Amino acid sequence: MSSNGKEDGLRIGVFVCDCGLNIAGTVDTADVTEFAQTLDDVVCAVRNKYTCADPGQNEIKHAIKEHRLNRVVVASCTPLQHEPTFRACVAEAGLNPYLMEMANLREHCSWVHPNDWTGATAKAKDLVASAVARARFLQPQEELTVPVTQRALVIGGGIAGMEAALELGAQGHQVTLVEREASIGGIMAQLDKTYPTMDCSI
Amino acid sequence: MDEVEGYIGNFTAKIRKKARYVNPDLCNACGECAKICPVIKPDEYQLGLGSRKAIYIPFPQAVPSVYVLNMQDCLGNAPIACGKCYEACEQQAINYDDADEIITRQFGAVIVAIGLDVYDPTEMDEYGYTRFDNVITSMEFERLICAGGPTAGHFIRPSDHQCPQRIGFIQCVGSRNPKVGRPYCSNICCMNTIKDCLLLADHYPDVKNTVFYQDIRAFGKSFEDMFQRSKAAGTRYVRGLPGDIEENPDTHNLTLTVENTTNGQIERHEFDMVVLSVGVVPPRDRDKLSKLFTLSKTSDGFFMESHPKLKPIDAPTRGVYFAGFCEAPKDIKDSVCQAGMASSRVGALLNAGKINIEAITCRIDPEACTKCGVCASVCPYGAIVWEKGQVAAVIEAACAGCGNCGSACQFGAITMRHFTDDQLLAQVRAILHEDPADKVFVFACNWCSYSGGDMAGIGRMEYPASNRVVRTMCSARVSEEMVLEAFRCGAPVVLVSGCHYADCHYITANRQTVKRVQRLWDKLEKAGVRPERLQLEWISAAEGQKFAKVMKQMEELRKTVTQDEIDHAMKALAPKPKKAKTAKKQEEEAPAPAG
Repeated sequence: MSSNGKEDGLRIGVFVCDCGLNIAGTVDTADVTEFAQTLDDVVCAVRNKYTCADPGQNEIKHAIKEHRLNRVVVASCTPLQHEPTFRACVAEAGLNPYLMEMANLREHCSWVHPNDWTGATAKAKDLVASAVARARFLQPQEELTVPVTQRALVIGGGIAGMEAALELGAQGHQVTLVEREASIGGIMAQLDKTYPTMDCSI
Repeated sequence: MDEVEGYIGNFTAKIRKKARYVNPDLCNACGECAKICPVIKPDEYQLGLGSRKAIYIPFPQAVPSVYVLNMQDCLGNAPIACGKCYEACEQQAINYDDADEIITRQFGAVIVAIGLDVYDPTEMDEYGYTRFDNVITSMEFERLICAGGPTAGHFIRPSDHQCPQRIGFIQCVGSRNPKVGRPYCSNICCMNTIKDCLLLADHYPDVKNTVFYQDIRAFGKSFEDMFQRSKAAGTRYVRGLPGDIEENPDTHNLTLTVENTTNGQIERHEFDMVVLSVGVVPPRDRDKLSKLFTLSKTSDGFFMESHPKLKPIDAPTRGVYFAGFCEAPKDIKDSVCQAGMASSRVGALLNAGKINIEAITCRIDPEACTKCGVCASVCPYGAIVWEKGQVAAVIEAACAGCGNCGSACQFGAITMRHFTDDQLLAQVRAILHEDPADKVFVFACNWCSYSGGDMAGIGRMEYPASNRVVRTMCSARVSEEMVLEAFRCGAPVVLVSGCHYADCHYITANRQTVKRVQRLWDKLEKAGVRPERLQLEWISAAEGQKFAKVMKQMEELRKTVTQDEIDHAMKALAPKPKKAKTAKKQEEEAPAPAG
């Protein structure tokens, strides 16, 4: 540890994604990549056309080995979409998945500032700087593995609930179906004929 | 469903098994009880168009095929008053002393399939649903044309029990109508009406059907074919929704006034009967289920999925899945498809037998802990064990990772894994390293506000590029120190945003957010800093529009903050000398500015 609390020997790789033109159409990704290169502890900054595609992921894995990266920042889309993808990617290259951080240049930047090239690019740089700053303090984490109780609960005995319960039963699982009314069937049971087959609902 | 606790793989649910007052193992559905029961009530299954007894079977094909006694209707709660069914039951299946039973059971995964409710058109008084006998809903139509219905399938109109010869259908009643708070398309009503017209043409070839619509949405497999067949069978389609309905008090016939939008003419049409093609509304148990499983809803009121395309049946709460209408209006086929997908997801989880929990839980440093117990008092999950005079300890499997405890601990004894103070403060400093006066600083919670930002992106809702968002799992992870640090770094304005107050993903954690922000407002005021420079907003995951609007408002607010104000706040909020030791310690721990 150095005096400011961050780890010594940090080697951060930054991967800036064009996402086709989704990001690169609004954000100067070349400029953002160049900027990332200037940040402390960043040893490589790479721009990809599609970071989530195999070539993009391979580039990350390759860079982890070549540059002995111990932190990875992916500047692409929302972590709610691709965090699992890139965690798995760095794990395959031998890094703990919690040493990967994302900067959201698409949903939170390029898609909402389509008419502000300068503003969006400046914002993208800040988001990358923020992710790199956070990455410096990331620590490997071990996930807790818990057992899964071998029974499913289905709430609602209409067509969807009945179908789900039957399907789970057919797979050999125990299911508890909970229905508010005295009979299953739901609203569908009140219909006469149903489209497009024009046959009875019950 | 009474209570649910736990997490993916390990839910514990308390289910209330309602008293039936009829033993399902003994009842053979002979019906002698209902024959003798003297109580007559409107039959819910027949939508009040028929009647049932206090003891009844919901409908002939009911599952289980067992009678049920409605104790609110029954005279025999004190058996002396009646008790006729008890005497009539040869199986001795009736038990007036039956009581609700609470079943506690463990589950690995949950499928929520609570369906829908049908729109009640009473409020649209222009259509006279409550005033005119011969105005019915499309659901009532189903019962009237059904062989198992109150008229045994003879389609008659309520006023004189004659078969109507001219029937008008009005589409979009309670759908695509912002005036009644239902702006969404209910998905099924166009095809349902087309089906009704085909049924009528089949049963009563002389009946003339006219459908009033704004658009016919017949987009599914073989739907267009049905639409064309209904036209060929004589159904007339008029583009335009009637403004009102008048009744002739003598004949009880109905006259509709409508602007035919294909030719711009005002037309009047007379009918023997009018069917309101009613839309659908979110199920009445939605809010209850939302609370039990911390689920969100989209702007139309149906449950919010994790991703509109890629995780259309996954709830944001892991281990919970949606099937059917409760996620969005859809027809039977789509409900069946979704149910299959949900069961496949659950099957995969159960087959795996184990699941990894994200390593975002808190750790307590026993040496730094001062045994004050504040962390235990703010934990919404009871995941921190503490007794007076004892060091607090975390039950890791119960910790959901909101980080509230980390923000509440004044002694730096709690580390919120993967969302540590160091990590978040480093982000604050990096973002405000250059030109802080131009930036709107935002903390957004993962589940709602950050996702709301994503939704703004998906919807391409433009807003100023001045904002900089730092993600935390919960707004309660945002400590006073983090907000103060942003102002110290020169932020003109700071926004703390989270799930709506009653919809916090971490049950009640955001109540602490409110308390923390209120304390900060006091502190800012005392320091001579305009409190409104710190804002608190609730933005749900579905509220992309609100996210964009709030960002615009924050930018307007930012423009009102002068450089003098920023400079003053930087000085006034600097750590006070009496906390010199703490400040020094923080300085030691603080990272170098980025870049």
